[in-house]
Order: sequence, then C-alpha cells, then structure tokens
Amino acid sequence: MTLIGAGLTMAAAGALLGALAITLVPQRMRPVAGGLVTAVVGIGGVIAGVGGLSGTVLAGAAWTRIAPGLLPLGDARLSVDALSGVFLLLVGGVAIAAGIYGIGYTTEAAHHENPAGSRTTQATVPLFVASMLFVPASGSVTTLLVVWELMALTSLVLVLTEHRLRPSVRDAGLWYAGMTHAGLVAIMTGLVVFAAGAGGETFDALREGAAGMSPAQRSTVFVLILIGFGAKAGLVPLHVWLPRAHPEAPSHVSALMSAAMVALGIYGLIRVGFDLLGGGPRWWGLLVLAIGAVSALFGVLQASVATDLKRLLAYSTTENVGLMAIGIGAAGVFASDGNRALAGVLMAAAVLHALNHAAFKTLLFLGAGSVLRSTGLRNLDALGGLVRRMPFTTALFGIGALGAAALPPGNGFVSEWVLLQGLIHSVSVGVSTDPIVAASIPVAVGVVALTAGLGVATFVKAFGVGFLAQPRSTAAANANESPLPMRLGMGLAAASCAVLAVAPAAVGGSLDRVLDVLPAVRDTAPLADSAVTLRLAGIQGSMSPLLIALGLGLAAVLVVGVTRRIAGRAPRRVVGVWANGGPERNSRQELTATSFAEPLTRVFDDVLRPEQDIDVTQYAESAYLIESVTYRQRVPDRLEAAMYPPLLATVEAWGRWSRRLANGRVHHYLAYGFIGLLGALVFVAVTT
Amino acid sequence: MSTQDTVISVAAALVQVALIVVGAPYLTGLMRQVRARIEGRAGPGVGQPVRDLRKLLHKEATRPEGTSVVFIAAPLILMASSIFLAAVIPFVSTVAAVGGVSDLFAVVAILLLGTVSLALAGLDTGTAFGGIGASREVTIIALVEPTILLAIFALSVRVGSSDLTDIVAGTLASPAQVLSPASLLAAVAFAVVIIAEAGRLPVDNPSTHLELTMVHEAMVLEYSGRDLAMVELAASMRLALLLGLGVNLFAPWGVATSLTPLALLLGVVMLIVKVALVGVALAVFEVFMAKLRLFRVPELLAGSLLFALLAVVASYFLT
Repeated sequence: MTLIGAGLTMAAAGALLGALAITLVPQRMRPVAGGLVTAVVGIGGVIAGVGGLSGTVLAGAAWTRIAPGLLPLGDARLSVDALSGVFLLLVGGVAIAAGIYGIGYTTEAAHHENPAGSRTTQATVPLFVASMLFVPASGSVTTLLVVWELMALTSLVLVLTEHRLRPSVRDAGLWYAGMTHAGLVAIMTGLVVFAAGAGGETFDALREGAAGMSPAQRSTVFVLILIGFGAKAGLVPLHVWLPRAHPEAPSHVSALMSAAMVALGIYGLIRVGFDLLGGGPRWWGLLVLAIGAVSALFGVLQASVATDLKRLLAYSTTENVGLMAIGIGAAGVFASDGNRALAGVLMAAAVLHALNHAAFKTLLFLGAGSVLRSTGLRNLDALGGLVRRMPFTTALFGIGALGAAALPPGNGFVSEWVLLQGLIHSVSVGVSTDPIVAASIPVAVGVVALTAGLGVATFVKAFGVGFLAQPRSTAAANANESPLPMRLGMGLAAASCAVLAVAPAAVGGSLDRVLDVLPAVRDTAPLADSAVTLRLAGIQGSMSPLLIALGLGLAAVLVVGVTRRIAGRAPRRVVGVWANGGPERNSRQELTATSFAEPLTRVFDDVLRPEQDIDVTQYAESAYLIESVTYRQRVPDRLEAAMYPPLLATVEAWGRWSRRLANGRVHHYLAYGFIGLLGALVFVAVTT
Repeated sequence: MSTQDTVISVAAALVQVALIVVGAPYLTGLMRQVRARIEGRAGPGVGQPVRDLRKLLHKEATRPEGTSVVFIAAPLILMASSIFLAAVIPFVSTVAAVGGVSDLFAVVAILLLGTVSLALAGLDTGTAFGGIGASREVTIIALVEPTILLAIFALSVRVGSSDLTDIVAGTLASPAQVLSPASLLAAVAFAVVIIAEAGRLPVDNPSTHLELTMVHEAMVLEYSGRDLAMVELAASMRLALLLGLGVNLFAPWGVATSLTPLALLLGVVMLIVKVALVGVALAVFEVFMAKLRLFRVPELLAGSLLFALLAVVASYFLT
C-alpha cells in the first residue's frame, strides 16, 4: 500500500468511524474525542500529501484508484499527483493544529455558553476535514463535485454552530449558503461544458480532450470555473460571505475555513485552468491578475480599518488570496507569452504563499479564538492588555502577525519576495516590452507594495491595540491563559510558520515537483538551486531568510552586550507615565482600534466612505451644557453595498414573477410540460 | 572566493558598522549645526549628539508601569536592524562576504521592522501620545511602501537584479545609466522616501515636542536612560543608512569593487564625504521648509508614487 492510499484510507475511515464514535461517547469525553479524531484525519492528509509530493510518484504519472459504482451515475475516481499533494499537506497540517486546539476550545468556557462542544459540531468537524482532503484527491468531475458539495454542506453546519447565541450567525449562514451554491452552479456548469467538449469526465480525458476544444468553449469553461472557485477563495466581488461566515464560526473552524478551504479555491483554479485546460490566451491571465489586484487592495483596506478581530482576519484572507491570484494571473500572462521561466517562478510564489498563508492564518485565527474564549470579545476597541494575562497567546499571535505583515524574519515575507522577484523581472528576463505587460506589471507591483504597507498597519493595529497597552474592559482585564491543548495547537502552527520562515528551501524541491504537473508554466525547476539561500531559476538575485534571521539575532546579541558593558545592567525603575497632565493614566485615553486607523480612514475615505454619527446630548437646563457625546463609526463594505442589493432585488422580483406560473392548476402544469417538450424537440430538430 | 577575501570582506562589513555607529551621531550633529548657523544661532557644535548619548547611557533607565517586554525589546530590535543593515548594504565595497542578505526588498523590509517595533512600543505605553505617534507612523509607512518598492523595481530593471551589490556594481560599470530618465525619476521618488522614512521635514519634524506635530518623538516619549540612548542612536543611524543608500544607488563612485586596502580606504573616505554633503544639503533644504499638515503628507507621497511609477514605465520604454 502506498503512502497516498494509506493516508487517504486513514482520513476517510477516521472521519466516518470517528464521527460515529463522537456521537456515542459521553459529553465530558467529547472534546478529547473530537480533537483527536480531527487530528487523526489531518495526519492522514499529511501522510497522503507527503506521498503525493515525494519522488516515488513519477512526473506526470499520478496515483489513481477507481471505485466503480460508488457514486450514482458514475465511478468515484481518486488521483493524486504533486499538485494534489501540496494541498493535501496544507489541509492536513491545518487540521492537526485545529484538532488539537479544539480539545481545549470546545470545553465549557468561563464567560459564555459554548455550542462548539455540541455533538453535531464535534462530529461534523472531522467530516468537514475529510471532505476537504478529498477535493484535491479527486480525479473526475463527478467525484470533485460530490466532495466539493460535501465540503460546503459540512462547513455550513459548522458556521451555524452558534446560531442560538447571535442572530448574525443565521444571516452569515444564509449568505454563505447562497454564495457557495452559486459558486457550485458555476463550477458544475463549467465542468459539464468542459466534459461535453472533451468527451470524458475523468481528469485524464479532460486533459487530452482540452486541446481539441474551440477557443470560445475553453474560455467559457475558464470564466465559469474562475467564478466558482473564486467565490470559494473569497476573491472580490464574490468575497461577501467571507467576512460574515469566518468570524461567526467557532474559531478552530474559522481557521480550517480561512486557511485551508479558501486555498482549495486556488487549487481548483490552478488544477482546471493550468493543468486540465493547459493554460490559455493572455487575457485569462490578465483577468485573474486584475481580480487578484482588486481583491488584495480591497481586502487589506477593509482589514486596516476593521475593529472586529476575526473580521479583520477574514478580510486579510481576501487580501492574501488576492496576492496568490496575482501570482497565478501573472504566471498565466507570461506562460502565454512563452516566458516559462518567469511563469514558473510566479506560480511557485502563489503556491508557496498558499502554504505560508495557511500557517500564519491558522495561528492568527486560533489566537483570536483564545482571546474570544477567554474574554468573550472580538472587538479590538474593548480588548488590550492581554500581554500580561495571556503571555503565551500574545507571543504566538505576534509570530503570526509578523508573518501576515510580511516582515522579515516572518514567513509571509518569503513568498512576497518571490512574487515580487517574478514581477520585477518581467523586463530583464523576457524581452517582452509589450504595452499591456508594461502597463499591468508596474501596477501589480504597486498593488503588492501598497498591500504590504497597509498589511503592516493592519497587524500593528491587531497586535498593538488588541494585546498590548492597558485593558479597556473588565473582560479583557480578567482574561486567563488558554488551556494546554489550545496552546499546543497554536504552538504547532507557530512552529510551521517558523520553519517556512527560515527554511523555505525545504519546500523548494516539492514546489518544483508541483510545477512538473503544470507543463504549461514550467520551464526549469524555479527553486532548484536553493539551499540556505533562496535562488530563483533564470533570475539574478538571491535572498537568504536564515542568514537574515541569524544576522539580526547576532546584531541583537551584540547590542545587548555592548549596552550592558557601557551602561551597566541596573534594573529599570518603574515609574508612572505622562498622563497628559492628569493625575494618572486612564485606559479611556488610550488609542482604540478605531482611532488608530483614523488617519488611514481619512486618507482612503473616497474608497471606504465610512459612516459616522455624532450624538450630542445637552442638559435640559441649558443648550450650552453638554451631558454626553456619542460617536459611532461604521465602515461598511462598499462593494457589497453597491453590487448586491440590486442583484438580490432582481432575483427576488424574478422569483415573485415566476410564482405566478405556479398557480396550483394541474392542467396548467401539464401544459408547461407539453410546451417544454415541444421546445426541446424543435431545438433538436433545428440544431441537428 | 578565497579565505583571505572572505576575511577582508567580513572586515569591510565590520568597518561599515563601526563607521555608521560612530559617524551617525556626528552626521546628526553636523546637520543641526548647519541649520543653527543658517538660522543665525551659534549651535552646540558637531559633537553634541555624542555628548548627549554619553550622558544618556549613564543615566538611570526607567520603565513606565504597565508596559510589557515589547517596550524593552523595541530599542533593541531597532538597533539590531540598523546594525545589520550597516553591515550588509554595500557602502564601502561591492564584494559581499555572504550572498542573499543585501537584496533591496529585504533591506527595506528590515528598515520597516525597526519602525514597526517602535510603533508597537508606542502603543505598549498605553498613553494617548504613544498611540497617536504609532498610528501616524504606520499610516506614513503604509503610503511610503509602494513608492519604495516601485523605485526598487525601476532601479532593478537596468541591471536585472534587485540585489544592492548588483545594482551598485552595475552603475559603477556603466555610469551613463544614472542620467537615464528612469534613474532620474526614481531618484526623485527615493528622495521623498528617504525624507519620510527618516522622519525629516516636511513629513515629520525631528526637533518638535508639540503634540499636534509629533510622530517619531511621540512614540519614544516614555524612553529614558540607556533605552533612549539606543533609540536616539538608532534614529541617527537610520538617517545615515538612508542617505548612504541613496547616494550609493545614484552616485556610487568610490565604492570598492575589489578588496585591495587602497580601494577600501577610498571607499570609506568617499562614503564619509558623500553622506556629509548630502546631509548638509538636506539640512539646508529643511531650513526653508515648514512641516506639512499630517493630512497633506499623503499628497506628497502620492506625488512621489507617481514619479516612481513613471520611472518604471520609462525603464520599459526608454532604455
């Protein structure tokens, strides 16, 4: 039995038997059972992923298993290659951390009811993980669609976990259900058109048949799957479910959704667009690049002004998916120009960023979950001062924030560096000075740069305002450190961040094998020569995250040594702070997340258009004496407000109109059937 | 690279560090003195920042109540990042001891790391001052970032690499490139970036203590003793680093391309002369400048972004 087979069997059997076991064990055993089962399923995914990535799989020849008749109307077909492998590894890794974390997270919380420990939720989590694992492992259209839908349904159940506590959860569930099914329709239509054109529904048949399809057919397929997978990945303008559903789900589920499920949208785009369709004309790439750029900018801008910690993280997911899409889109542009060295680097950057994002976003969502569980708060304005009460969580959240802010020595910096290298060498490596490239690539670099800058502002806010300074509420002041399993889960995620940050070359060989799957974008192994130093094929220039980290550490040791020698090591005297002339500091004088982001809100107010209300209450005796002033600011999602209400109104009007057809008269219904049949016959007669 | 060359290039890196650490306070002193003289004051002399540092190092350090390890670590990270950059940026020689550390993107990101640590320390004090300083600082760096990265893009085009040693060596090999439209536009954009990153007029006033105008000073208000000395020294070093980076990107003459002692000596002397000249020019420029209102700064930065974008486009078409 191969590693892949063993891993997938472990995941499937573990999820089914484990879910059954979770429903049967008594309540106090349930958190442990749920966490362990999820972790086991995750380990299965990691084993299968390692199998898919390891050299035992020959380039191009994938591991395939067929279960005839398992699905209605078709066979269940699994096939795993290196591209599947990397995403299996990603999902499995996130699941292990989230599972172990869940052991602590789903026990009774001090401040509030915790429905995350319910039987349904506990049993659904491993099923969700398993269905996510089978998405990259599926080898035919039917199999993919079935597991895709299973993934959507199980995650919907999990999003609705806390529906009794907050009405906003139901709203989020509705949005999520609507968007994910609209996406499913797009993917299904696209893949059905593809299968019809290619003459087969297995991935092998699609791959062979794609070349014979007309360009119009291929482009239709591509646009449809871009819409479908883009909706799952949270690309603008289909991102609207993400900032609702991710914050409302229990936090370990948020981590699974935001770090792993979203990456599967990226997987689908790469698999169908670049593997099965084999790449396409340049405008495909430009379209993805444009959508990616808008997503990255819009996501980070909303994140930089968000005050809800989990909503901030959800918008940051849109940002990071946008960066991946920029890499994929630019890879498509250069691949269609025949500049495959650059295309390979950019595609590698996108996949590496998916891995990095999974690591730091898991950590950040788990950290946010610890804060939520301990204080019951997601609002950064009311947090603060957690560094003293929850030092471990704070330190780990800091590691995640360093990665997400793309600062060295964090892990996000590495993939953004590779992405930028791919983009800036568009002139010197290729000879293309085509006007479209000359116009779009500098803009893309500008977008990545602005994203990086605003990302720093976002995470300085999240970490500095949320965890440092003085507590701004009693709940934050009484926070307690999380139990051991939660710290362990976060520690695992932090460890993978650290490995990816200092030794990205460790995954270099795997990335090269991933690109073997994509002959359309591959030239040479883009990270082949990397060891301690990251070197890119066909590009001059190198960067060594390990040496930078070591150099910074060495410099810090030097500074400490010299300062101690010159200035001594007398302890610092603790003194009061300058409280603006007042007697003592008051936590109401601190900056909140809203006031921290105020300059940015003001700079970008054309785009964000915040809503501000100021209510001034005067004393009844005199209009000049003010009793209180209330200030409220809300930054709604302007894209959503502009696009969705008209769309929803149209759909509703259409629904109302079509209700008239269903008037309850049986002979009318029979007439509809007759007219429909007649229409179909006429259509067939005319077209053949 | 032979063992001897490695030893010499490591020694050259250490010389750079020593030069920046020792020279930076004098550069600040020089700039203050020039400003004082133009304004008709006698000025405290070029050595005053060094005397200040010595005084601060021997004063008692205090720590505001309720601050965490972030407050103590921030000056350390700021200093460490500055020292690291002083070692890896090719100021004196383009022959690096180890590759992979002098990429311009990494250099800029490490500068940013220092800024971020100080912003976090500002927030950690939990005072309105620290918070406002941090908020303003991150707003400015968020807007400066695109300009820097696009300027790097424009500069990297002509040598096909974003590694600083390659860019400097490339400019030394064909000096006429400095006068190309792309390079000149990038130089303008970079000048604005240096002013904003170093916290100079008109973006931030390094000598203000007025709450409406402070950015950098507001973040470091609670520091004292050896911590304040570190912050002050690091701020001077960052100014020297940015000026040195600027002159070596656009006028790298004098930087040693071989490891002979004479070439290295020339490199050291030229670096001191060039940075001092640019520093004096900046000080003179600042005398005639008023600080911009904070919300006018984005307009300045948007202007520099436009220059950087033009530089990139020019590098595509006008090479």
